[in-house]
Amino acid sequence: MSINRRQISRRTILAGAAALGLTGTLAACGGSDDKDSGESSGPVKLTYWSWAPNMEKVAAIWNKKNPDITVTVSKQASGGEIVSKLITAKKAGNAPDLIQVEYQSLPTLVSNDVLADITKYAGDTKSQFAEGLWGMVTLGTDALYAIPQDAGPLMFYYREDLFKKHGLTVPKTWTEFAETARAAKKAVPDAYLTTFSANDPGLFAGLSQQAGGKWWTVDPSGKWTVGIDDAATKQVAEFWGGLVQEGVIDNQPMYTPAWNNALNKGTHLAWVSAVWAPGVLVSSAPDTKGKWRMAPLPQWKSGENVTGSWGGSSTGVSTDSKHAEAAAKFATWLNTDPEALAALVKEVAIYPAATKGQSGDVLTTPEFFSNQADFYTTAGEIAATTAAAAWGPNVNTAYTTFQDAFGKASKAKKETQFDSALATMQSKTFGDMKKQGFEVTEA
Amino acid sequence: MTPLTLTAGTTTKARRTAWVPTLVLILGALYCLIPIAWVVVAATKDRSELFSTFTFAPGGGFFQNLSDLTAYRDGIFWRWMANSAFYAGLGALLSAAVSAAGGYALGRYSFRGREAVFKMILAGVLVPSIVLAVPQYLLLSKLGMADSYGAMLLPSILSPYGVYLVRIYAAASVPAELMEAARMDGASEWRIFSRIAVPMMMPGLITVFLFQFVGIWNNFLLPYVMLADDEKFPITLGLYTLLAQGASQPALYTLVITGCLLAIVPLIGLFLVIQRFWSLDLMSGSVKA
Repeated sequence: MSINRRQISRRTILAGAAALGLTGTLAACGGSDDKDSGESSGPVKLTYWSWAPNMEKVAAIWNKKNPDITVTVSKQASGGEIVSKLITAKKAGNAPDLIQVEYQSLPTLVSNDVLADITKYAGDTKSQFAEGLWGMVTLGTDALYAIPQDAGPLMFYYREDLFKKHGLTVPKTWTEFAETARAAKKAVPDAYLTTFSANDPGLFAGLSQQAGGKWWTVDPSGKWTVGIDDAATKQVAEFWGGLVQEGVIDNQPMYTPAWNNALNKGTHLAWVSAVWAPGVLVSSAPDTKGKWRMAPLPQWKSGENVTGSWGGSSTGVSTDSKHAEAAAKFATWLNTDPEALAALVKEVAIYPAATKGQSGDVLTTPEFFSNQADFYTTAGEIAATTAAAAWGPNVNTAYTTFQDAFGKASKAKKETQFDSALATMQSKTFGDMKKQGFEVTEA
Repeated sequence: MTPLTLTAGTTTKARRTAWVPTLVLILGALYCLIPIAWVVVAATKDRSELFSTFTFAPGGGFFQNLSDLTAYRDGIFWRWMANSAFYAGLGALLSAAVSAAGGYALGRYSFRGREAVFKMILAGVLVPSIVLAVPQYLLLSKLGMADSYGAMLLPSILSPYGVYLVRIYAAASVPAELMEAARMDGASEWRIFSRIAVPMMMPGLITVFLFQFVGIWNNFLLPYVMLADDEKFPITLGLYTLLAQGASQPALYTLVITGCLLAIVPLIGLFLVIQRFWSLDLMSGSVKA
């Protein structure tokens, strides 16, 4: 990653500008040439890099129906790894036609000129998605860099049985959440309501989105503003830091064997997570089947209805693709066609981004939540309230700094250190963007 | 009286001092073996047992894990194993051959520029191969070879460390007198190399082969950068894709652990088999010399 990052090439800067709506003219300078119009003779062969399990089964449905456009899925590692690999491949001109991209990686890939603008092939796709999601794939410009695939709206999961047993109330606001955490600690001294995980910047980002944090913004002239330590995010950091300092929220990372154990044994009574949590709980806490319940995320102001998101990805077309139109056609089919959506839910176990995929016809209540029959109806209502995320071109730097700085702060259990950790995140992210050659200011 | 107590004293002393290194060695062995024991035990646990039962309590899911792993994406795991065997086997063989020729030439012939060449190779020993992965990728993709079997083999063929090792080994084990004698008898240089030098250098070449084999088998970054098609992945990269499936998907820990166990079996087997040739050649070499 760092190898690519250090290069301040003309193209990087130009492509950065391309992300700002000057796409039409500048993207052409970026080295991509639209070679075809999809009308080429003979069958088209497309490669698709994805990390989602069973994606090849969904592609097989397409291949059966479209013998002239064959899609081959090549399974890659997820998240940050696929990004560095893509940038390297792009440097050599070997990027695949289709790419699975996490929302937060889109600006990075756009500024490295990996993703093609597919506006002209997309038609009326926009109407099929919630506004917040669509904003993430256009980066707030007139261009379109990917089709949303899955969404991860944040929710509050809790152990219904234990809440009842200890007389705990399901928090509607964060103030109530803090009270519940204290009450839980009092009722069961060796248990916690949940943990603050310094390993999961994605969750923290989602929580700050809910509070109204805007980590990266860009104005039409191409000037970026980094606002990671804005008032909203500060509020979130101090809130969790305070609870950790008080000792009513655990400070251990998630997704470890110890965490699995805590969930399974019930020494964690709740989990702030996203819509995909049931899939994780199945393997992390197999003994707790049917004991969980899902509720909307606590709010900062009572009566409000906002949530953030954790995870989620989209399907993009690379600038190296010689068959951009065919690739865009597949990306659109994959993420909006009812048959494809049903297959994505069934085979790949994702929560579709397309609004009609969330309606409940294709989604059946997860077996793990058999006690909550309206799981996906509630989830759909919550998903509609997802706040737009504001990602920038160096999310990786921000995320790594989060893990370092908040790791130390949560270990020390000091609220003031949560504050300074956030300041570190801000200054490192800002400094890195400057070094990369972006025109950038601090909020 | 005095000498007696003295001897008694020294024997107990000698015994006591022997305990310390033994203990250190036992600790070292435990340090190395416990992780392997963990893998062996963990591979027998099924999904629900993995994180909930006692660490070293064996579970009852090994055969289930094995069949799950074999069933995963129509048995792609075994394809990855075969790929690894191909990359490591052929790569190490070619590397040993190149090292033999290069090291022998540098060790047994004097020619202009020999030291310069050798110093460059020495410098190559100091450059970690990880640093070279990305440049190698860019070069090979210019040749249109990225994402091919050749792209994995080509960078593994030249091992500076192997050349260095064989040079030292050739200088020590192939006597100049013997080469002279062979020349007097009318043997060509190729014949001297292939019939006399190579057998004498065999233990050194086997060492190079083993090093390269293990190195390629365990290599992650080169295939990670070089290969895009998951049908060509070696086992290291393949297992990694099972772990990193995105935040919303639970990692397939049981399959990965079972896969790791199976992935070290060929290495252990190779060491056990080759060990025999190793000591045999060392002995026969010393007898001949």
